[in-house]
Amino acid sequence: MSQDELLEGVTSADYKYGFSSEIESDTLPPGLNEGVIRAISAKKNEPEWLTDWRLEAFRLWSLMEEPTWANVTYKKPDYQAISYYSAAKKKQITSLDEVDPELLKTFEKLGISLDEQKRLSGVAMDIVVDSVSVATTFKKTLAEKGIIFCSISDAVQEHPALIKKYLGTIVPRTDNYFAALNSAVFTDGSFCYIPKGVRCPMELSTYFRINQAGTGQFERTLLIADEGSYVSYLEGCTAPQRDENQLHAAVVELIAMEGAEIKYSTVQNWYPGDAQGKGGVFNFVTKRGLCERKAKISWTQVETGSAVTWKYPSCILKGDDSIGEFYSVAVTNHYQQADTGTKMIHLGKRTKSTIVSKGICAGHSQGSYRGLVKIGPRAENARNHSQCDSLLMGSGCGSHTFPYIEIQNKTAQVEHEATTSKIGEDQIFYCNQRGIPAEAAIALIVNGYCKDVLNQLPMEFAVEAQKLLAISLEGSVG
Amino acid sequence: MLLSIQNLHAGLEDGTPLLNGIDLRVNAGEVHAIMGPNGSGKSTLANVIAGREEYRVTQGDIVFKEQSLLALTPEERAHLGVFLSFQYPVEIPGVSVSNFIKTAINEHRKARGEEPMDAAALLKMMREKLNLLEMDKSFLSRSLNEGFSGGEKKRNEIFQMAMLQPALAILDETDSGLDIDALRIVAQGVNALKSKENAVVVITHYQRLLDYIVPDFVHVLLHGKIVKSGGKELALELEDRGYDWIKKENAGA
Repeated sequence: MSQDELLEGVTSADYKYGFSSEIESDTLPPGLNEGVIRAISAKKNEPEWLTDWRLEAFRLWSLMEEPTWANVTYKKPDYQAISYYSAAKKKQITSLDEVDPELLKTFEKLGISLDEQKRLSGVAMDIVVDSVSVATTFKKTLAEKGIIFCSISDAVQEHPALIKKYLGTIVPRTDNYFAALNSAVFTDGSFCYIPKGVRCPMELSTYFRINQAGTGQFERTLLIADEGSYVSYLEGCTAPQRDENQLHAAVVELIAMEGAEIKYSTVQNWYPGDAQGKGGVFNFVTKRGLCERKAKISWTQVETGSAVTWKYPSCILKGDDSIGEFYSVAVTNHYQQADTGTKMIHLGKRTKSTIVSKGICAGHSQGSYRGLVKIGPRAENARNHSQCDSLLMGSGCGSHTFPYIEIQNKTAQVEHEATTSKIGEDQIFYCNQRGIPAEAAIALIVNGYCKDVLNQLPMEFAVEAQKLLAISLEGSVG
Repeated sequence: MLLSIQNLHAGLEDGTPLLNGIDLRVNAGEVHAIMGPNGSGKSTLANVIAGREEYRVTQGDIVFKEQSLLALTPEERAHLGVFLSFQYPVEIPGVSVSNFIKTAINEHRKARGEEPMDAAALLKMMREKLNLLEMDKSFLSRSLNEGFSGGEKKRNEIFQMAMLQPALAILDETDSGLDIDALRIVAQGVNALKSKENAVVVITHYQRLLDYIVPDFVHVLLHGKIVKSGGKELALELEDRGYDWIKKENAGA
């Protein structure tokens, strides 16, 4: 069967549900080579420079080795067994009765509406029509302010100058193995541009959650906040997301121009594998932001999902008086492994960074904090404060801290605090005695422990994240 | 009869015996004091009644409101109205006093099949009880017991007791670590909460607290057994003569 026939078949089969554009509903056969990359680029009707950019990324990637320095062990994916362009990856289901009852139970605990449950489980339904109209309303509000918010593919068509100018400037193709791979094959993702002096009037979450139920395997996000603007961006979803794709390698690039502020919050709850450690997503993400003078980037992440997480949202504090923040909660249970942290690169004068990392390990899981604080030679009077705490539940898990500090300017003030604690039987009994059962007690204690991070999340997200923490740790204290 | 302890034997999981046949009956409206030297089993008794897992009951029964407690979890006992004021209250960082007590109250209500308490009513009640214990309302937003002085921890225990209104309050060495002013305030709080429907068991090493919380009965615990019971005058006698004469009296037994 030719590729066109294949394409035709899938397109017409999918089309009857009426919610995929024809571009997204075809599939390439597994494998990665120049031909595949040219095909992806051609299907997306990309300009020649972008095709060449992808091909160069592929060439670079071919020369690179998969990194092994992280404190995680996993079987390397077979990169030739993956289909790099596929929209029909999800089995089409028509009612909630076909959805895993465990998943439905979790939805219920999170208080997710029936319609949203269907959407998240991938049930084909007419709600899509509604969300399109909701999305359109949002789009109109944003357009009035001159805010661009669209898929990265649309941006390539409609705002090619911006893409050409900024794509890969913060995370270059050579940055690392997974970033190179993503640069070669990305197909999904978001683009956002906030014009000078504009304060984005809404969390860019609501839209996102409606529009991006099935986020891509190789997502690419580019967010530009022009001078003096502000945006709060929410990525992900508290509901558990089943996904057939084992490997996720996303790249996120943020640019905060002079005086701009970007608040980027993530809740990551990909399938973590089962209680025996089978299955689950590999989440290998590169996230980085650049701060010009007096700009501020704040990363907040709640990581509870994925079998293996490799993720270091970072800030390059290039401009004088710029500020970088990183607030993280990383929960691992069962056989999950997470190696996560941040890099704060201080280049400008009087730059400030704050790191608050809270790791929670239960079951047989391994959690690592890995962070770099670098003060460059020009960075007079730079300051950093890092607080890295770990909470262990039970004796089968492990928690590790790998702080790296490089200081090239003697005026720097760098502080690092770290604690490791256990949820004590004493704490649980104290709660029990006040009538609070063990599961609720753990939720209370864990939420207290994570308070400094959860406080950074927008309100509605914070409430869901609290519930999510409790669910992730269910059954972890016997 | 609110609480009836019958021939209670209990010890550690490894078999070490700590309580060797306790008999104790407490009626609603009564105040009992349990005294005894260090290591006599006072705190063990309090923890066994509350259902702490590290202790095993090997014989006997604890009956509360006509129901055996032995098969119940600590939280079920709490829901029935058993309250333990801890000798060493634990710290829970990041959890405010108000959030903690709200969670506790709502878990009690849930167990009774009631809706969570209205936020305004809860706040009003918290303010009232704070006043009773001469505590500032800024206290509510502090992390539970974190950085609290000894006196603040004990006051916080009695504050929670006031909020939960238990049928049986066991005060485990509530006087330890308290200066005289804090002792007076804590005792005042306990006395204000006393009624015909509830009972208080005060566990103490010293007689001092009993000047403020006057017991109807005093029991002396030695080697995991109540060896002497009497009225409040027994406490004074112990203050005067120490525990040695009781130890001698029981040496042959």
